[in-house]
Amino acid sequence: MNFVAIRIIYLHEMGRFWQTLGQSIASPVISTALYFVVFGSAIGSRIANIEGVSYGLFIVPGLTMLSVLTQSISNASFGIFFPKFTGTIYEILSAPVSFYEVLIGFVGAAATKSLILATIILATASLFVDLNIAHPFWMLSFLVLTCIAFSLFGFIIGLWADNFEKLQIIPLLIITPLVFLGGSFYSISMLPELWQKVTLFNPVLYLVSGFRWSFFEISDVSVGISLTMIFLFLSICIGVIGWMFKTGYRLKQ
Amino acid sequence: MNPIISIKDLNKIYATGFNALKNVNLEINRGEIIALLGPNGAGKTTLISTICGIVSPTSGTVHVDGFDIISDFRKTREMIGLVPQELTLGAFETVWGTVRFSRGLFGSKRDDDYIEKLLKDLSLFDKKDSEVRALSGGMKRRVLIAKALSHQPKILFLDEPTAGVDVELRKDMWKIIHDLSSKGVTIILTTHYIEEAEEIANRVGVMNNGELLLVEGKDQIMENLGKKQLVIELKESTKKIPSSLEKYNIELSQNGLQLIYNSEIKDGETDISNVLIEITNSGLLVKDLKIEKSSLEDIFVDLVRVES
Repeated sequence: MNFVAIRIIYLHEMGRFWQTLGQSIASPVISTALYFVVFGSAIGSRIANIEGVSYGLFIVPGLTMLSVLTQSISNASFGIFFPKFTGTIYEILSAPVSFYEVLIGFVGAAATKSLILATIILATASLFVDLNIAHPFWMLSFLVLTCIAFSLFGFIIGLWADNFEKLQIIPLLIITPLVFLGGSFYSISMLPELWQKVTLFNPVLYLVSGFRWSFFEISDVSVGISLTMIFLFLSICIGVIGWMFKTGYRLKQ
Repeated sequence: MNPIISIKDLNKIYATGFNALKNVNLEINRGEIIALLGPNGAGKTTLISTICGIVSPTSGTVHVDGFDIISDFRKTREMIGLVPQELTLGAFETVWGTVRFSRGLFGSKRDDDYIEKLLKDLSLFDKKDSEVRALSGGMKRRVLIAKALSHQPKILFLDEPTAGVDVELRKDMWKIIHDLSSKGVTIILTTHYIEEAEEIANRVGVMNNGELLLVEGKDQIMENLGKKQLVIELKESTKKIPSSLEKYNIELSQNGLQLIYNSEIKDGETDISNVLIEITNSGLLVKDLKIEKSSLEDIFVDLVRVES
């Protein structure tokens, strides 16, 4: 294992985050504050409690997941796409590193950035609502697993994309709708029965539901199923990346 | 001595069906400078990209210091540094940062003293805190060399290191290459410039259409493939070549005042003296003589033209 290389890729990727620290922090803080002003205060004050939890508080896990998912994908996809785009990928391909070491470096950094972002969002949320976490260990576990899983997914998009349009298309047209329709801002019990069943096909539901359970002990699906789905998603991503690495898909000629 | 790089029956066919390498066999000796010459699309970059791990071979084997480039890729890549053709650098990184990144990527522990020395050797130290985007093209080329040397490789590949650079920088590059060679680094460079190959390489390989046409020392190439042209100016014009001279490769100019003898150099010898004796014996009066020797460029152009 080339630990020196893993470390340098990780630090190199994190370096980009620190270079744009103001932007990295300001953006989630402002958007979270706006969501709380609009949904938590303006609209939320007119919505009844959901299973005993005020609406402002109820949306915290979903709001966190919304940012974590989009940022994990964005960070990881951009991280591997940019060297491909500029041509500096030659150095990684010719270095004595295995694809898995490259993966750990890039995905590790992307997941770390998302974790920092989630912490900032939760800290911002605590300024608006009285935030109590029922199961801190599980909250952290769900968060870390989600950061890793979606960073892996982002890495796949970054490998697949051969232009900026493709880099944006999946997060924009698939991930964002899935997050909004995955119970981030509502309980699926509020939906008609048919749509409740349709929503069960949305993988994001399981992430949000498990994460929300760790805060308030309420969930749309059981925690066990949520965990199983996250591990399943993780396994699929690792499998796809393994295939991409083995065949050199979009990396090697 | 075992070759440091041994390439056997190497083939590369891209997904598009383009056959970029056709049964390439090559052995590169330790410490030598070898120049790969060839027109665009000859397969030079594909060859070095395959050895470095950027391109997957379709068939054939490559060993670096006895290790297979696929099964022992860590060992082989640790020994290799690559300077690519394009100026591919992260625009917002500093010179120091990008060179340190390369060293780490190749698994070498942090060594600021070495990087400082390297940057000083390449006249880059005063730019160490500059962002790469602020550097001139020549300086960027030096940064790429610094990155390639950051992990102290035994073998350095330079893909057209002087393409598009001015004469002064080109000579600087040649000096850098000579200095590295004197330290025992094996150097493989691709180039379009015959002058460059003549100036710095111990051996020259000529590639065209994915094939390695020949690999020999410069002197050997001149000896084996070089031609001499003897132009004999006559005092009086003649209508035909004397029959005693017909066995030689001689042409008569249109005005009948010049005999042009194209001589091939074999084992350093030519038939020039015999031709001159025959001319004297045939009664032709010689006004002047001129001998022209083919350059490496002429040989290269002939080789590539014949293959095409």
